Amino acid sequence: MATGHPDDTDAYSEDEYVETEDGTRHRRAFVDRYPDAARIVRICLGISFAAFGVGALFGLIQALHRTGVFRFIPSSDYYTLLTGHGVLLALVFTTFGIAGLFQWANTRSLGVSPQSSTLTAAWLGTMTLGTLLAAGTILAGLFDSIPASADVLFTFYPPLKAHPLFYVGAALLIVGSWLAGASYFLQYREWRSAHPDARIPLQSFMVLTTMLMWYISTLGVAVEVVVFLIPWSLGLIQQVDPLLTRTLFWYFGHPVVYFWLLPAYLIWYTVLPKLSGGRLFSDPLARVVFVLFLILSTPVGFHHQYTDPGIASGYKFVAMTNTFFLLLPSLLTLFTVVASMEYGARQRGGSGYLGWLKALPWEKPAFAGIALSGIMFAAGGFSGMINAGMNINYLIHNTLWVPGHFHLTVGTAFALTLMAVSYWLVPQVTGKRLQLYGVASLQPYVWFVGMVLMSNAMHRAGLAGIPRRTAEPQYDQFSFQAVAGSVGEMRIQIAIGGTLLFIGAAMFLAVMLATWTMGKPNSQIRVNGFIPDPMSGATDSPRVLDNLKLWVLVAVLLVALAYGLPLFDMVADGVLSPGSPPVPA
Amino acid sequence: MHVHRFEKLWFGASLVLIVAFIGTIVYGAIGPGVAMVGDDGGTINAATVSDGDFEETDNFRSPGVYESSDGEGVDVYIVARQYLFNPGTAQPIEVPRGEEVTFHVTTADVTHGFNLAGTNVNTMVIPGQIAQFDVTFEETGEYGIVCHEYCGSGHHTMAGQLHVVPQSQFDTTAGGDN
Repeated sequence: MATGHPDDTDAYSEDEYVETEDGTRHRRAFVDRYPDAARIVRICLGISFAAFGVGALFGLIQALHRTGVFRFIPSSDYYTLLTGHGVLLALVFTTFGIAGLFQWANTRSLGVSPQSSTLTAAWLGTMTLGTLLAAGTILAGLFDSIPASADVLFTFYPPLKAHPLFYVGAALLIVGSWLAGASYFLQYREWRSAHPDARIPLQSFMVLTTMLMWYISTLGVAVEVVVFLIPWSLGLIQQVDPLLTRTLFWYFGHPVVYFWLLPAYLIWYTVLPKLSGGRLFSDPLARVVFVLFLILSTPVGFHHQYTDPGIASGYKFVAMTNTFFLLLPSLLTLFTVVASMEYGARQRGGSGYLGWLKALPWEKPAFAGIALSGIMFAAGGFSGMINAGMNINYLIHNTLWVPGHFHLTVGTAFALTLMAVSYWLVPQVTGKRLQLYGVASLQPYVWFVGMVLMSNAMHRAGLAGIPRRTAEPQYDQFSFQAVAGSVGEMRIQIAIGGTLLFIGAAMFLAVMLATWTMGKPNSQIRVNGFIPDPMSGATDSPRVLDNLKLWVLVAVLLVALAYGLPLFDMVADGVLSPGSPPVPA
Repeated sequence: MHVHRFEKLWFGASLVLIVAFIGTIVYGAIGPGVAMVGDDGGTINAATVSDGDFEETDNFRSPGVYESSDGEGVDVYIVARQYLFNPGTAQPIEVPRGEEVTFHVTTADVTHGFNLAGTNVNTMVIPGQIAQFDVTFEETGEYGIVCHEYCGSGHHTMAGQLHVVPQSQFDTTAGGDN
């Protein structure tokens, strides 16, 4: 293992530079090896980060508005911005960021370029058009002169109705992501034809299992939008069943969080050990984890509907049991990530029970951001266990606790990981050295502190019963009693935390913008894309792990068990009833 | 496939934790009797609620507080609509301390939420469905009712009150328009 030295994290490995006959060294970064794929990654990340900037600005306005610190928009517009914040961050920032990350990981690990430029153009175009339609319709709600709006929030529960173009945009974004998945599978097929007996490379394995999970789970929202909401918003059908459509949404609405999380896990498993100065602990266990997510992610959606009338408690209990077993792959990931970091730290000279932590490269932005996002995710995991507890959930359902939770998961585990890995990846897909390195080194800490302030206060506010999704959580009839701290102190923490998070987002975008505009192409970049082999490799593991067809079959079977009867109950009285006409009509 | 000893231990401990979590929920259900909102409330035509034709339905009465037909406890029928609870917003809902209160909550228009702030009395209010659940209040006091699901541009104004009063002061005609 010539390149396996722990100290070459920032050195040029032989993989990355080749020496020609005249003695000059030529860079072989990702952009040099796979220029087509690198371009796709750049486009995806560009759109993702643009959505991130707008969504983060909306987030700042909301944090200041709902805490009463600074209000300059009418409260009715708060919901327009909240819809924009949810859709731009949870759907656009994530989906484009993931598409870019997966394009890189799949290409890198298979060593195969994207196979069809037509397919690439199709999925990029479809996703972009969907984004423009959905975001445009939402923003139109800010202007009275434009007769379109989509003030329906990220969950768009009917009978609240958005303009039809909002639903069309959301559908196109998802269809585009399906086509992106098809492109990854074409790369895989090409690789397989040349390697009939080899184990699927780990990163590609992760990409493919995640996309399979995505295909299964997006079916719910696709049916909801295409079969029900688009015809209903166009007036072709008069009513829809709010409980049925809501159930179809949550069929998708929980696995979507794993669609956000698994790309972060991909980075934690394959990139973080290297950035720590070591290597992955176990390849087979990583495969087991991704298989578990593929089969268990979808039959859990009813845990978002614990407080819904019209769904028998037994179905909720089944979903809860599945949900708790989903803890297993995340707990295994916790072990592997910490073990890999400790191994890296000891390779770097760290020692002691916890003293090794000091040997990690906390000054490097990519490492620091990913490691901090993992720490925050652990906290988010614990609040998630409360959410999952069927009867404990009644205390915090739809309170500020819930956004407090998911700003740790999608809002940090995913978002901060994507930002941090960009400090490492963007130089490789642009060939430009990272600019404003000092700003980048500080940025993960700003995000971390901002999130600690905002999230702890949101969790505690939830315990007091302060609701989420509300422009002014202050009522004439009564006041909230804080369980720990005071309501005023929580508001201040949320406002300061939200402001710091916005500053963190702006710092990240400044680094990306500076790298894009001021970085010289073909510069000597400080990082390399080499990923060392795991301590325990794939060859030791059962081949059945790579049998994707089998796992899809198991996943579909579990979905049928969890959803078959409840859906039958709901449609037994007619798919459109009990029905509701749109509001506003 | 080689699995490290520590990893096996961790795997085992994780499974124990998961089973223990499920155990606590089961205990909560059969021990203290924490019940879920289920499908017992049945369905209702949203147009009926909107028009107030409660004569047409046998599983929902005109909004208000009633003595239960079996003489034990009270039934509270609540209709949520943009942006009020009836009863609850215009006048507080009054229920007696120490008796079983069965709530029946539905909506005339969009999806709403119904939460007594700071307690686990919490349900979604979905068009076409009746949320039905039992609560026994052991102490007198005043609770805020919050609509916790976004229901339109005036959502943040949608709130109400529930008063738990001693049985001696309780009067079923209070708080209802029946």
